[in-house]
Amino acid sequence: MKRIITLVVQNRSGVLNRITGLMQKRQFNIESISVGRTEKEGISKMTFVVDVEDHRKLEQLTKQLHKQIDVLKITDLSDKAIVARELALIKIVSNASVRNEVQGIIEPFRAAVIDVSKDSLSVQVTGKSEKIEALIELLRPYGIKDIARTGLTAFSRGQQPQAAELTQYSLLK
Amino acid sequence: MKLQAETKTKSQPVTKTGADILIESLVEQQVDTIFGYPGGAVLPIYDALYRSDAEFQHILTRHEQGAIHAAEGYARVRRKAGVVLATSGPGATNLVTGIADAMMDSLPLVVLTGQVATTVTGTDAFQEADIMGITTPITKHNYQIQSAYEIPKIIKEAFHIASTGRPGPVVVDIPKDISANPCFETDQSPFHLPGYQPTFNPNPLQIKKLSEAVKQAKKPLILTGAGVLHGAGSETLLEIVEEFKIPVTSTLLGLGAFPGDHELFLGMAGMHGTYTSNMAITDCDLLINVGARFDDRLTGNLEHFAKNAVVAHIDIDPAEIGKNVHTHIPIVSDAGAALKEWKRQMKEGPQDHSAWLEELHYNKQAYPLWFNSPKEEMVAQWAIKTIHDVTKGDPIVTTDVGQHQMWAAQYFQFRKPDRWVTSGGLGTMGFGFPAAIGCQLAKPEERVIALVGDGGFQMTLQELSVLQERNLPVKIVILNNQALGMVRQWQEEFYEERYSESLVACQPDFVKLAEAYSIKGVKIESKADFENQIGELMSSDEPVLVDARVIQQENVFPMVPPGRGINDMVGVKPK
Repeated sequence: MKRIITLVVQNRSGVLNRITGLMQKRQFNIESISVGRTEKEGISKMTFVVDVEDHRKLEQLTKQLHKQIDVLKITDLSDKAIVARELALIKIVSNASVRNEVQGIIEPFRAAVIDVSKDSLSVQVTGKSEKIEALIELLRPYGIKDIARTGLTAFSRGQQPQAAELTQYSLLK
Repeated sequence: MKLQAETKTKSQPVTKTGADILIESLVEQQVDTIFGYPGGAVLPIYDALYRSDAEFQHILTRHEQGAIHAAEGYARVRRKAGVVLATSGPGATNLVTGIADAMMDSLPLVVLTGQVATTVTGTDAFQEADIMGITTPITKHNYQIQSAYEIPKIIKEAFHIASTGRPGPVVVDIPKDISANPCFETDQSPFHLPGYQPTFNPNPLQIKKLSEAVKQAKKPLILTGAGVLHGAGSETLLEIVEEFKIPVTSTLLGLGAFPGDHELFLGMAGMHGTYTSNMAITDCDLLINVGARFDDRLTGNLEHFAKNAVVAHIDIDPAEIGKNVHTHIPIVSDAGAALKEWKRQMKEGPQDHSAWLEELHYNKQAYPLWFNSPKEEMVAQWAIKTIHDVTKGDPIVTTDVGQHQMWAAQYFQFRKPDRWVTSGGLGTMGFGFPAAIGCQLAKPEERVIALVGDGGFQMTLQELSVLQERNLPVKIVILNNQALGMVRQWQEEFYEERYSESLVACQPDFVKLAEAYSIKGVKIESKADFENQIGELMSSDEPVLVDARVIQQENVFPMVPPGRGINDMVGVKPK
């Protein structure tokens, strides 16, 4: 099962290595990572999407992460109402003749063209992973030259619904 | 720390270097012994050591692995952090086995490693190794010092992390320019570790659940682990057991937490545990694990482990609870603190468990440990038993890993805590002898015996130099079967007697080897000679090496074959 786990960590040298090393040692599969600073000096936030077998494994993962001295807080967002976004940059083969066509495809995705050259065009899109996947599939026929994706970053919504309603808000269910 | 200080003019530097600050920080932590080996990147630290007036001793081992195993032995019996100092690159990588060993067996160590100067870090400089990267998965935490300013604070943190919570090794990597350069200002503020707040006291409500479970149990059983030793809970445990008559079994590392000769002690459990212990775990209806981690050598196949039991688990490390065995009553706590609270709360013991005690008593009588002892030749079990009998004064015993380790665990009845020092989790050959050096330095008044195999001893025998130099009265008993016994046993049992590389008849003359280091060496080949000489040899004030020739084709029994449940033992009775 996929889980979204965020870690608040002290931004010390090697901290990312500690976390990914731990996951590798205990055989947890990382689907994506995103790391960035927070509003507090010296504190960073990491968002992991991990694939774990069952709840026992998940418990073991969070407990092992807790043992890391640089980890301040661990949150499993998977069962919460969350806002989650990923950003992707997609460069496709394109000349003047198809530019308008591409524009028509990306518009419903609220993506934007951020760079154009004689024979290529770059698109920026943000959203949930499925949305990005869908856009990539639509652009594939034009010939994809390059893709850069950030991995998912997320936090919980300001207002949490009652437990019974949770599934419809949750990203992974 | 200055042997030749009188003969040299002491040139006092005007300002302190980073290395001076480091030594001061160690003094502040009340370090009395450092195990180490000098080299290029730690020259400034060794220079500061030379110039220092501090009262601690530096033990020069002959290999860094010897230094760290000695520090482990020291830490185990002194219950405080052992300190190791080694140079960068090969010095540091030679420590890796010991660091991993200490991590597995939860021993507090502060390991100081030199590093190349920050100006050349990352350039593959001479003797550079990424020791932070190498040791991250095998340390509780590690630091690379970025400036001398932070040395006092990091050293405080390192000792705190190593010796509190679940103890473990902490590496502090110190670049040469930082230790060499003058330092004008240091951070003396108290440390603050928001991400490290280990639980010490138990939740009283969980203890209440435990007491309730005990009251209802008809077949209760306590399993002791090394956590009882770390938490100094032995006395409380004994009081609880005597008052409520709950039988006790132990892990390998927990031996000595409860008196080995007590009528309610069933012996060690696990792969080479007693039949009584393993059947007690299988049949009990309440298993109270106090400070053990349900290691696979204890549990065997988990599907058959304590199937009928409510499992209560006291552990200071929450990650151990539920890791291998489903736990009904989790108690995150220092084992000593939990036992105290348990004793305080528990008013009544089990209501009716006399049939259980009778059954266990019967098993103990009917299925004792056994071995066949020929008339003249020695088997290792007999030798260990004999040493146990002649050294009534409860010596500290260290071992390597393998057959002799299991036999020592089976036949040396440890009556007191901190007498048993062995490499359990990592199973390190070559651990026992240097660990014995550390034990002897930690407890100079105690008798220390290194029970080692001929294979393991040859991995760290260079430390004989330390015995010679310091005249440490460590007793080395090589249980010499001219084989890697446990490997040989498995090849006999599971590989149709194809003894691939496990019979090692070619070996040095151990007596001459001892004599080369000016140590008394004795070779003993018969039971009669052993009986006649061992008492005197073991009570000598000098170091002694005994080359005890034991029968090779001897197996550790009983045994749980790999992959089976612990109730499925072979060799329970003599063939």
